[in-house]
Amino acid sequence: MPIEIPKDNWPGTVRTVTIGASASDGGTRTSTVTVGGQKNLPFLHFENKAPNRPAVAIEIKDHRPDDWSSLLLDAWGDVVNNPAIWAKAAEAAGADLIQLSLSLTDLDGNPTNPDGAVKTVNNVLAATGLPLMVFGPGQAEADNNLLVAVAEATKGERLVLGIAEDKNYRTIIATAMANGHLVNARSPMDVNLAKQLNILISDMGMPLDRVLMDPTTGALGYGIEYGYSAMERLRQAALQGDAMTQLPILVTPGFEAWKTKEAKVETGVPAAWGDWLERSINWETLTAMTLIEAGADIVVLRHAESVRRVKLAVTDLMAAAYTLA
Amino acid sequence: MALTGIQIYKLLPQTNCKECGYPTCLAFAMKLSAKQVELSACPYVTPEAKTQLAESAAPPIRLVAIKSDGYEAKAGNEVVLFRHDKTFYNKPGLFIRVYDNQPVETIKATVTEANAYAVNYVGMDLTVDGFAVASSSGDPNAFTAAVQTVRAASKRPIILMSRDVNVVKAGMNALKGETPLIYGADARNWEAFADLAKENKAALGIIAGTLAEMAELTEKIKAKGVEDLVIDPGGRDLGSGLAIGTTIRRLAVKKNFRALGFPVIAFPGDAGDPGMEAVQAAQAITKYAGFIVLDHFNPASIYPLLVLRQNIYTDPQKPIQVQPGIYEINAPKPEDPVLVTTNFSITYFSVANEVEGSGLPAWLLVTDAEGMSVLTAWAAGKFDAERIAKAIKSFNVADKVSRKRIVLPGHVAVLSGELEGELPDWEIRVGPREAVDLPAFMKQAL
Repeated sequence: MPIEIPKDNWPGTVRTVTIGASASDGGTRTSTVTVGGQKNLPFLHFENKAPNRPAVAIEIKDHRPDDWSSLLLDAWGDVVNNPAIWAKAAEAAGADLIQLSLSLTDLDGNPTNPDGAVKTVNNVLAATGLPLMVFGPGQAEADNNLLVAVAEATKGERLVLGIAEDKNYRTIIATAMANGHLVNARSPMDVNLAKQLNILISDMGMPLDRVLMDPTTGALGYGIEYGYSAMERLRQAALQGDAMTQLPILVTPGFEAWKTKEAKVETGVPAAWGDWLERSINWETLTAMTLIEAGADIVVLRHAESVRRVKLAVTDLMAAAYTLA
Repeated sequence: MALTGIQIYKLLPQTNCKECGYPTCLAFAMKLSAKQVELSACPYVTPEAKTQLAESAAPPIRLVAIKSDGYEAKAGNEVVLFRHDKTFYNKPGLFIRVYDNQPVETIKATVTEANAYAVNYVGMDLTVDGFAVASSSGDPNAFTAAVQTVRAASKRPIILMSRDVNVVKAGMNALKGETPLIYGADARNWEAFADLAKENKAALGIIAGTLAEMAELTEKIKAKGVEDLVIDPGGRDLGSGLAIGTTIRRLAVKKNFRALGFPVIAFPGDAGDPGMEAVQAAQAITKYAGFIVLDHFNPASIYPLLVLRQNIYTDPQKPIQVQPGIYEINAPKPEDPVLVTTNFSITYFSVANEVEGSGLPAWLLVTDAEGMSVLTAWAAGKFDAERIAKAIKSFNVADKVSRKRIVLPGHVAVLSGELEGELPDWEIRVGPREAVDLPAFMKQAL
């Protein structure tokens, strides 16, 4: 029985965004990451071969994290005491790029200062040739303070600066524009809020091929369905031709999954939750994979085993070794 | 093909009697074509029209149930490709596979453990749905023995797996009065399997390497009078599984292509590596499988998969909410603190479980945030100082406590100033951002 295979034919295309600049482009990166460029829904190669594979970032901190699951600290070991060495270890674990999260304070409780942040970023850039994303602590004043200094000190590297959100984006966008960097635009799990922020950023004159959008997500069990559906809808809006949603999507399943009780707590939890380590890795991996299937272009993870599984799965998804009819 | 509203209208009595609840037959026809109303609402429709309409009104994906004494796992009846377009209805069944060449004790242990498994998630007990028994030996007696071992350890529905109809027939004898899924029929053996399925009213699994072959097989088997079909179109890697699953769902839902309008069975267990098995099962859950067969039963993988299935199959129009109000946890006294959160069920259960687990007494004030989590509700203006103050008043919280202390979620620390304005005689405290950190906060800071 002959079957006509239904194929979508979308008018829109997701923008292509490249993170990191090599020497010939005015930076020092030995590799770059290019995402986006899709003309259809994820991995449906029988319509259009997906041009770029989703990238996997590993999150590191500027100093030993004091609120991370001990499973993560055990897995990374001593490298968490030195961001440059941690970055090397993340590269060895298969990261395509690094997300460096700056803390609000140092280990003694003193506020992180711009000089210190710049030094940390430079050390990480010297230690690895991978593209780098630098995220502030998430408080407007501190973020602006630290990210402006970092952006100026690393002019031309095409870092991703985060987080730009509706309550605080002007300073970060301005410094990214002035210094040849990119930004991560974060909004809370809503198509219209994501679009609104992209419009504001675009209105400032920021070229949209230097913007990633982060519609955020809940972890598995903690609202992933909201992030999942917001992402599916955003990608469909982009393919339908809505220019203000045609940006590659970054999400942070590592951050979300590792703050859940399932990943943080070993004792006093139901036996039905199973082995702590395997459960936690599944939590992170399944959160990430579910979002990749919904259209995520960059996932930021924390555990090396999750990175291994997600990369294997992405390779599997990018292969197109089948005939449909 | 599905009929248009006008085509349906031509088959209706066209009397505009209004007994269906709609003002005109045309309005009723439009609702029928949108599948928003049942034909049975029209008392005067002719039998001929009924047959014609039933054909077009049948769900694009047939509902197939695997049943045993007291249990059933059903899949199908889906109408959309994306959950945000409406909802996904029937959660795919998770089945654990055992093999007839495994030692009896191994089968018994696996099935007993998986059968007893239940994990509580936001107030619901989640379980696996059944078991698959695969013939590795090719021996009908060994297969029957394995089926009996499974049935002795669990009453849940069973999938019988062998391409040899005699082996499956032997297994069926151990499942009298049930509706198992027999798997399965292929281009070579399909007639015998169709006869067996028909005779025993079993659901029939069909295996074919291409969609065209699959469509041919389902048509031939339907012609023999077997309708409850489950299809295995191949595609054991993630890329092809996604492409094939998507194509089948599109053909069924968008083209009303009946020959492939059946639930799909997926075999993540074939992945071998348990970690990747979980990844494959996750894709099967989001991307259109109706039955999912796993080779490993490990709570550390089953729990996240059950939760994922629950999340994806939640109706996006109706977030799961709890009743706003003041909840007592661990028998609080008037001097104990008032914790505030929203009425999104996941938020509520995260907070309530932590406080309960800590053993510390507290009042939990659940505000009406239209079923949104703390941050989302705050961003949407559904969780602010005014609403919290209103909840304090409408639930008479001041009458229950002697020490007026309220703890805000850390994510909305920014509300504390405004809340002081709204509740001048209350002490406003800022708690942790995440529920998991509440017990430590309550011990140290309250």
